[in-house]
Amino acid sequence: MRSGSNLEKVLAEGKFAVTAELGPPKGADPQVIIDKANILKGHADAVNITDNQTAISRMCSMAAAKIAIEQGLEPIMQMTCRDRNRLAMQADILGAAALGIKNLLCLTGDHQSFGNHPEALGVFDLDSITLIRMVRDMRDVPQFQCGEEITFAPKLLIGAAANPYADPFPFRAVRLAKKVAAGIDFCQTQIIYNVEKFEEFMRQCRELGVTEKCKILAGVAPLKSAGMAKYMKNRVAGMDVPDEVVERISAAEDAQSEGIDVCVEVINRVHEIDGVAGVHIMAVEWESAVPEILSRAGLRPGSE
Amino acid sequence: MITAERKPFEQIKAVTDQFENILVVGCNTCVAVCLTGGEKEAEQLASQLRLQRKNDGIGGSVETVTVLRQCENEYVDAVAAQVEGKDLILSTACSIGPQLFADRFPKVRVAPAMNTNMLGVVKQHHVWTEYCAACGDCGIFNTGGICPIVRCAKTLLNGPCGGSQGGRCEISPDVPCVWQLIYDKLASFGLEGNLSRIGGPKNWSKSSSGGPRTMKKEGFEP
Repeated sequence: MRSGSNLEKVLAEGKFAVTAELGPPKGADPQVIIDKANILKGHADAVNITDNQTAISRMCSMAAAKIAIEQGLEPIMQMTCRDRNRLAMQADILGAAALGIKNLLCLTGDHQSFGNHPEALGVFDLDSITLIRMVRDMRDVPQFQCGEEITFAPKLLIGAAANPYADPFPFRAVRLAKKVAAGIDFCQTQIIYNVEKFEEFMRQCRELGVTEKCKILAGVAPLKSAGMAKYMKNRVAGMDVPDEVVERISAAEDAQSEGIDVCVEVINRVHEIDGVAGVHIMAVEWESAVPEILSRAGLRPGSE
Repeated sequence: MITAERKPFEQIKAVTDQFENILVVGCNTCVAVCLTGGEKEAEQLASQLRLQRKNDGIGGSVETVTVLRQCENEYVDAVAAQVEGKDLILSTACSIGPQLFADRFPKVRVAPAMNTNMLGVVKQHHVWTEYCAACGDCGIFNTGGICPIVRCAKTLLNGPCGGSQGGRCEISPDVPCVWQLIYDKLASFGLEGNLSRIGGPKNWSKSSSGGPRTMKKEGFEP
C-alpha cells in the first residue's frame, strides 16, 4: 500500500469507488465542517476537501481535512499551485501526512481573477504536473524537490483532475498520461454530462495505457435548477452541458429531482465504461443530495 | 520593446501640484514608438500641466526636454543644464528613466508619469502584446517559439490546462490560450508528440525572484 488510505483499498479491491466533495467555510467555525461531514458520512469512500475553491479565500483544506478525520470521514486534501510556492507546498504536504491525511489531489488551481481577491499575486511556482512529480518523489524516493533526502516519507495516495472537455481534445488523454507518468494513482474528471465525448476520451485513455496505472473516477454533479444548468453550460470554463440536459431540467416540474435523475443516469452510463473505477460526486453546497443520488443509483460505498 | 502607459492625469497632478519648477523629460526610444512618452507626448503633458496650473493658480514653471534613451548615463547627464533649478523631474520613460535620473541627480525629486507594463510586440497598429517575462532562462525552443511563462495566465509548463476551450483562455474570451497556440505550432511541424514530455519545474532563481540582476559583458572593463 502506498498510503494505506481507505480510498486506495477500495480502488485496489476493484470496488466501484464513490467520492464526494466538502467545501470549507468562509469562516473559522469548525461546526460547518462537522455538519457537512455528518451528511456525507457513510455515503462516500473519501471526500475531497477543496483548497480555496474558485480562488475564494476559505478555511484551509488541511485544517478542514483534519476536522473531517475527527468526524470519521476520510479526506482527499486538495492542493493548488496558485497560492503557495514549492517550499510552502512541501511543508504542507509533510504536515498533512503527519496529521493523518492520506490522499492528496494535486491541482494547478483556478486563476485568482475568478475569486474574491483578484488583486492577489498568483504564485504558480509549479503546475499540477510538476506538483504531482514532487509529491511522488517525496513519497517514493523519498526526497524533496531540490533532491535532499526526506527522513520520514509522507505516505499519500496521489490524485489529479482531468478535463475531457477542454481543448485540444486529442491532447486531453495525453495530458492525463503525463500526470500518470508524473506519479498519480487516481484522477477525478470534470463533471460529465456529455457521455459520448467522455466515452471517446476513455477509449483514448485505454489506448495510452492510462487506465492500467491510474484509477479514473468520473465526475458527476446534480443540477439544482434550470438557471444553474444554463450557467454551467454558458459561463463555467471547461464545461460541456448538452442542450437536451438544459431542456430537461428547464421542462421539469421538480427541477431538483430531475437534476438528481440526470446525475444518476450519467452514473449508470459511466459505470459501464471500461476503465471507469468510480464516481466523484460534486454536490457543492448541496451535500444532502449525495445520499439520494446513491440511493437512486443503487450505490452503497463503504459496504462489503 | 518596453511598453508604458501614461498615468491618469489626476495622479500626475497630485504629485506635480506639490512642486514649483518642473522638468518633463521625454524618452525617444521604446515609449516614443508606443506613442506614450516620446518628445511629442512629453510636450503634450507639459502643456496640459501648464494649463492646469494656470487655472489652479500654481506658480513656477513647467519645461520639457527629450533624450534619446533614459536608460543610459550619457543621455541623462547631457540634460544637466535643464535640470538645474528644478524641484521635480517628471519622466515619461519606462520606470528605468526616472530611476536613472534619481541616481544621476540625487538632489532633485523624481516622479514617474508612466506605468511600465511589459516587454511586448506591436501586434497591430496601436496594439501591443506581452511576449517576454525576462525570466532569465529562455526555453521557447521547446514550445514552438512561444513563451508560456508570460503568455499563459498560470505560467504553465505543461498546458493547456482544463480551462482552455475554443482556443481561448479561461480568464477571458479576449485572451488566446497560448498552449493551444503552442500545440498548433508544434503540430504544424508534426511535433505535437513532444508535449507528452514533462516540462519544469522552472528555475526561478534566474528571474527577478532570485534578487536584483546584473549583466556584465565579458572582456570589457566597466
